Amino acid sequence: MMLREPAVYERRLLMKQHSFGILEKLWQIPWLFVLMLCGVAAIGYVALYSAGGGTPDAYASKHALRFGFGLVIMLSISLVDIRVIARFAWVGYAAGVALLVLVLVHGNVGKGAQRWIDIGPIQLQPSELMKIMLCLALAHWFHRASWERMGNPLFLIPPALAVLVPVALILKQPNLGTALITGMIGASMFWAAGVRWWKFAILFAGVGFIAPIAYERLHDYQKARITTFMDPESDPLGAGYNIIQSKIALGSGGMWGKGFLQGTQGHLNFLPEKQTDFIFTMIAEEFGLVGALGTLGLLALVIIFAMLTALRCRHQFGRLLALGLGTNFFLYVFVNIAMVTGSIPVGGVPLPLISHGGSAVLTVMLGFGLLGSAYVHRDVEFAAARE
Amino acid sequence: MSAARKEEEARRSVFTRRALVLGGIQLGALGFLGFRLNKLQVEEGERYATLAEENRISARLVAPPRGRVLDREGKVIAGSQLNWRALIVAEDARDVPAVLDTFSKIVPLTDTERTRIEREVRRRRRFIPVVLREFLSWEEMARIEVNAPDLPGISVDVGTTREYPEKEHLAHIVGYVAPPAEADMGEDPLLELPGIRVGRAGIEKHHDKTLRGRAGSIRLEVNAVGRVIRELDRREGQPGQDVQISVDAELQRTVRGRCEEGTSAVVLDARTGEVLAMATQPSFDPNLFNAGVTAAQWREWTSKRQTPLINKCTNGLYAPGSTFKMIVALAALEAKVCTPGDRVPCPGYYDLGDTRFHCWSKYGHGSLDMRGGLKNSCDCYFYEMAKRTGIDRIAAMANRFGLGVDLEIELPGTRRGLVPTRAWRQAQGKPWNLGDTVVHGIGQGFYQLTPLSLATMTARLATGRAVQPHLTRTIGGRPIKGVRPEDWPSLGIPERDLRVVREGMWAVVNETGGTAKVAQLPAGMGQLAGKTGSTQVRRVSREQRERGFRVEAMPREWRPHALFVSYAPYDNPQYVVMVIVEHGSSGAGAAAPIARDIMIDTINRFRQPVNAPPARVAEAAAPRNQ
Repeated sequence: MMLREPAVYERRLLMKQHSFGILEKLWQIPWLFVLMLCGVAAIGYVALYSAGGGTPDAYASKHALRFGFGLVIMLSISLVDIRVIARFAWVGYAAGVALLVLVLVHGNVGKGAQRWIDIGPIQLQPSELMKIMLCLALAHWFHRASWERMGNPLFLIPPALAVLVPVALILKQPNLGTALITGMIGASMFWAAGVRWWKFAILFAGVGFIAPIAYERLHDYQKARITTFMDPESDPLGAGYNIIQSKIALGSGGMWGKGFLQGTQGHLNFLPEKQTDFIFTMIAEEFGLVGALGTLGLLALVIIFAMLTALRCRHQFGRLLALGLGTNFFLYVFVNIAMVTGSIPVGGVPLPLISHGGSAVLTVMLGFGLLGSAYVHRDVEFAAARE
Repeated sequence: MSAARKEEEARRSVFTRRALVLGGIQLGALGFLGFRLNKLQVEEGERYATLAEENRISARLVAPPRGRVLDREGKVIAGSQLNWRALIVAEDARDVPAVLDTFSKIVPLTDTERTRIEREVRRRRRFIPVVLREFLSWEEMARIEVNAPDLPGISVDVGTTREYPEKEHLAHIVGYVAPPAEADMGEDPLLELPGIRVGRAGIEKHHDKTLRGRAGSIRLEVNAVGRVIRELDRREGQPGQDVQISVDAELQRTVRGRCEEGTSAVVLDARTGEVLAMATQPSFDPNLFNAGVTAAQWREWTSKRQTPLINKCTNGLYAPGSTFKMIVALAALEAKVCTPGDRVPCPGYYDLGDTRFHCWSKYGHGSLDMRGGLKNSCDCYFYEMAKRTGIDRIAAMANRFGLGVDLEIELPGTRRGLVPTRAWRQAQGKPWNLGDTVVHGIGQGFYQLTPLSLATMTARLATGRAVQPHLTRTIGGRPIKGVRPEDWPSLGIPERDLRVVREGMWAVVNETGGTAKVAQLPAGMGQLAGKTGSTQVRRVSREQRERGFRVEAMPREWRPHALFVSYAPYDNPQYVVMVIVEHGSSGAGAAAPIARDIMIDTINRFRQPVNAPPARVAEAAAPRNQ
């Protein structure tokens, strides 16, 4: 599977059965991947420089600072033994749920969506953190799962609850987009862990049954998002305005774009929230299809790296963790770009490492730290279950 | 251990399969996004690029300044007056009511104004200026500027309105402007601009497109809320061109001063047909149309018997009376029904069958040749000439002299008048009798002629050329055709025929026994040649005639109109003066003295040659005192 000589592979395997030194770990850190992340952050810097009206003061320099901080966190976590991390998986999960409850009680509400808690200078969105903690917890649960256990429906109930509790709490915020993403991360991990097809079929049938009822219970602004998605031109100055202006900005970028700082839609404020949710539109307007596909390609490489890490891990915990984190990142990218291209309803999801906003950068980098640890410790002996 | 490893391997292969499926789905989804981007940015790119341009660019038309109308000396007779306006920008003012309070202390605002301003400030976006007050005086403007620090958000800017400094003196020639009517819209996008005016009468109407110019446009970049970010480009329109007319404003004022109500006078340059002055009383102030004429004003104008809005020089229709006799004489000579020396007896009346036609002198003139007939304005002589010549030949001659034809002067609505012919009468289903011909021989009957056409006739008599009366001298500083005498073709009337008629007209004024000796010019001004005319507005009955009626005893509106046509100097004709005094009774008594005075004014005004050669015409647009 991994294209390596058996001899080298075996030697490594022997070497890393137990633990290995800090220098070796540093050597093992996926520097190419770190370089990719720096590339993504650099795109973010350029785009935020433009969104700030041609100066770094508004957003870009803060973004660089945050990314630098996030990078330090990521590299530090990469060095932590994956088995130690696994030991704290449920602790992290519990903390995540606790923060979600706290934010419901005490949190600040933004534009009808994300809730956050102020921790010193940082605004923490517990829902972002929760997704990573969920990955940890599910990876830990299924790591222990033997075949017989997987076949037992009762064994699936605790992880199902582990998904549903945070989803419910996030829905309560209310944040439909993040709740759906959290649910989808959970579903992907169930799927990768080997849960049978037919169980998913039941799940989707259930969702199909509940969805219309849930729609009735949605907030008006959430309904508006869905209806304007269906026909944005129906309300060009109201809720549909964002989608229309975003599409105009994207489309008018053409093949080569209008040039750095030359985007008219962005600079003349036709583009809403250009420094956060619609940052990709800004890139596509100024750098055209070439710039947009370049950005998309780099983001795809990040996702591919996460998937490759998952495939290379010799233990189920690392595999599931890497897959869950990769899927999390993919969902960020997909939902955001699909949203700005008018392919799915608008839903307050930032483009990770590019959009302006502190907690998203930090939580994403935290996740990549875990991914890094899974990569560095991909070959360690990590028994599934004691027998 | 081995079983555990086997299970681990199985778990791994399940994971690998499923992870690849998941990864495939994810890459597929990203591929879909790439496809979608390609569709938006490349396939539909042009459409969205257009939409983006529409978003950001706001094109605005810019009204070009309207061209001026200048008199022959370059004096402005229709210009643009600066209209100083005070504006407020709510955003800069912050506390609008407080700023308005301060402003009221400097320039008092009425409650209505204040309500309007506050309403507009509320309704418009905060960076759009709202007009506080228009037509600020210099003093008000200065006070606003001085107090500018206390008036945040208030600025003074300048627009234009039309101004006619000569007021009613040139109203009938220059015309006036008014906002365009619905019907004008669509012809020129410029007309949709607020504050634009179109010519509604006179030169303003005739040269409207020239004066108006072409609209320029500015393309502005605006942001999402409509604020102007910068000017992208500006396509200059073509400013309206100045039109210089041949009228001399100073002479015009003098001529008007000599006209009472009901009097009209036309002064032409005999050699070129240029109108030097053209006055009608009463007149109106064209400035009143600028802001819109009030209903009361309109009623006042239209209710009068003598409506000031009508230019009677071009639209008043009169019978020419004896001023027509030159035409009859020339028609007779051309038809060779007589020679200038043929004598016609005048016993004071003329019998045609059973009908007796009277000469104005009931004692008769004795036997007269053509020169004598003109000098004494003997009716009997021209009864006979008309009978011999026939109405159609007289009408043809009249047409050649500019009577009853379209003179194409640059005053819209000018009437062409009527010169009757046999065919015209028959078209009405009535026969033309010889008696009609006889009556028309002395310029009475169906004739309906404008003072301008009679002045044209006089100019053609004086020069023998088919001069057309006209007003335009230069457009945008470039001379137009017809300013030189050589531009006009000869009428084709033999010089000896013309000389007979001119001598007759000379004798009218300068010979003992002439009908208008009163019109003689003072020594040193050359000699004036002219012809009187008076046209009945009511038929004189035999009874009255036998009682020896006196015109002075009639009510004024029954009295005949008095006419006088003249040119001078006799040996080198330069000017034509035509005067008509409505109900003035007698041409010699009422019209001739006025015509003489106007002629003197005209000669005095243009001591230098009136016709500058074409090269100097352009200079006339510039102020003289350089």
